[in-house]
Amino acid sequence: MGTEKDPQFVKFRGIVKKYGDVTAVAKMDLDIPEGALVTLLGPSGCGKTTLLRMLAGLEEPTEGDIIVNGNRINDTPIHKRNLGMIFQNYALFPHKSIFDNVAFGLKYRSVSRDQIREKVKHALEVVRLPGVENRKPAQLSGGQQQRIALARAIVIEPDVLLMDEPLSALDENLREDMRREIDNLQRMLGVTTIFVTHDQREALSMSDKIVVMRDGLKLQEGDPETVYNKPANHFVADFLGHSNFLPGEVVGQDDENVRVRIETGDVLLARHRGSWKQGDAVELVVRAQRFEAHRQSHFQPTEGMNSFAGRIKDKSYMGGEVSYFIELPSGREIHVISMMRTRTYDYGDEVSVQVAPYHCHLIGREPEE
Amino acid sequence: MKSDSWKPWALLGPSLTAVFFLLVIPVCFVVVYSFWLRAPSGNDIPAFQFGNYAKFFADFFYPSLLIRTIRVALETVLLCLVMGYIPAYFFYRTESSLKPFLMILIMLPFWISFIIRTLSWINILGDSGLINHVFLKIGLIDRPLAMLYNEAAVLMGLLQYLLPFMILNIYVSLDGIDKSLTEAAKSLGCTEWQAFKEVTLPLSLPGVSAGCLLVFVLTCGTYLPPMILGGPGNDMIANLIFKRIVGTLDWPFGSALSTILLGLLGVIVYTYNRYLGISQIFKTLQ
Repeated sequence: MGTEKDPQFVKFRGIVKKYGDVTAVAKMDLDIPEGALVTLLGPSGCGKTTLLRMLAGLEEPTEGDIIVNGNRINDTPIHKRNLGMIFQNYALFPHKSIFDNVAFGLKYRSVSRDQIREKVKHALEVVRLPGVENRKPAQLSGGQQQRIALARAIVIEPDVLLMDEPLSALDENLREDMRREIDNLQRMLGVTTIFVTHDQREALSMSDKIVVMRDGLKLQEGDPETVYNKPANHFVADFLGHSNFLPGEVVGQDDENVRVRIETGDVLLARHRGSWKQGDAVELVVRAQRFEAHRQSHFQPTEGMNSFAGRIKDKSYMGGEVSYFIELPSGREIHVISMMRTRTYDYGDEVSVQVAPYHCHLIGREPEE
Repeated sequence: MKSDSWKPWALLGPSLTAVFFLLVIPVCFVVVYSFWLRAPSGNDIPAFQFGNYAKFFADFFYPSLLIRTIRVALETVLLCLVMGYIPAYFFYRTESSLKPFLMILIMLPFWISFIIRTLSWINILGDSGLINHVFLKIGLIDRPLAMLYNEAAVLMGLLQYLLPFMILNIYVSLDGIDKSLTEAAKSLGCTEWQAFKEVTLPLSLPGVSAGCLLVFVLTCGTYLPPMILGGPGNDMIANLIFKRIVGTLDWPFGSALSTILLGLLGVIVYTYNRYLGISQIFKTLQ
């Protein structure tokens, strides 16, 4: 590569972490581009936090190398790693003033007293909480405390910012604001950031790249659109968004679409992505929002669209949208989210469900566990 | 005030009643007794006079016992603090599966009578005790070492009695500290030791403070270790009270001594709480 800078700022190579017999992280290879916000997404126990803590130096990998900015840091003690860590519960020092909290990292970095005052002031302005220097953490609200934690982490100008579920202790409305704030701040500072969450909306809304994990394994990585629209497997499709899975078999294909026969006998078209051959056992993945339900009596199928019949089994009103559970003749239930543009349906209504081939995604059917 | 705000107090009722009848009233009696006269015949005569108190201050022997008591109590506090913080910190940090078992070991001494525990040291430290016996046998010494009946033996007796109180008080305080605080400190550039000084130590001070106070007060009021393990010069104020009341049946003077000790401890506890006490430290945390 010569003098050219490696665009991958953080690299995990063959990382394994075992606790006794339990494998928390299994053979993980992962690249984090410089300046990017990368989310580790997965259910609890998937190894995302362990991976973050190994980078922070709070856990030691059983195997493998962690490389930051071209240097292997496995043996660098935590206090020399220059990483900014944000914790779920803020982890502000309760006995110290806000000033001392934010100045904490600078104190250990031979920064002059005047500079410390300057930098703390600036950091507090960046997180939009100027003038709280003399307060104690307990005098601030949860959202404010998390902003102070953010200020404390960025004031040391870390090489990488590590966030371990930073929003999960906040209540719903605040979480949304904080999410945008972190997103803006990260873009403004351009600091490479790794964000751990189990919340798909957080991951989708702020990431440059999402890494979906389960059982210590990386299941898929990619930008939010790819991971959402082209899930690599059942788990990813299920974990992100409300997905419907229709098991079926490939019965043919043309240049544009693959034809799949589902349980009901209907043959649906799915946009051609990847290579499938006749007889492949597949699952057709469709997001609940992509289906359109129409009253059967008035329904005229649109040319080139998939359509099949069903009956309303259950519905729940969600404010901006209505969730329907529609039973197909095969007994399978599908979930349809309708944005209320049309009139609502009632229990037992016969409907026709329509979906464009473009919104049908195919994944290989996994053997039953 | 809400109409049913008395309800929590009802729960406290039985204990308050017990404390009132079993503690407050007897203490009042002691205070009253301290003003009585003791006739040469040995009878106690009801009176209101300060003779008993005057007697205390007239002979420096009595105040010197009080001073020694406070000195020994401070020494005990210091010993317990140093020897108690380390195991408490160990319990806070360890993830060993042995932890519950080790915690029970701390409680174990309470299952054996305090007197027996104290007396048993005679079998270890005495002239024909275990240590001297072994040392004499292997020829390390040719005369028994005088390990009993001095202040060191008293301190040891106090230590074995009070150390669990200190450990548990500090441990409870440490256990309330979120471990991610230390992790945050380290991620910001602290070594393990610096993180301890910056975060763990200051946040454990409420427990340290409570433990010190408890050990101090308990030492000031105890007479068994000096009586069993100490020599004639190691008496503390409680020994004197014991001798006056149980030995010579001089209730008025014994009561005056008790009242003086009670008053002094009251002032000390109040001052301590005011300036570096538990409530004060909690206040700064909030």
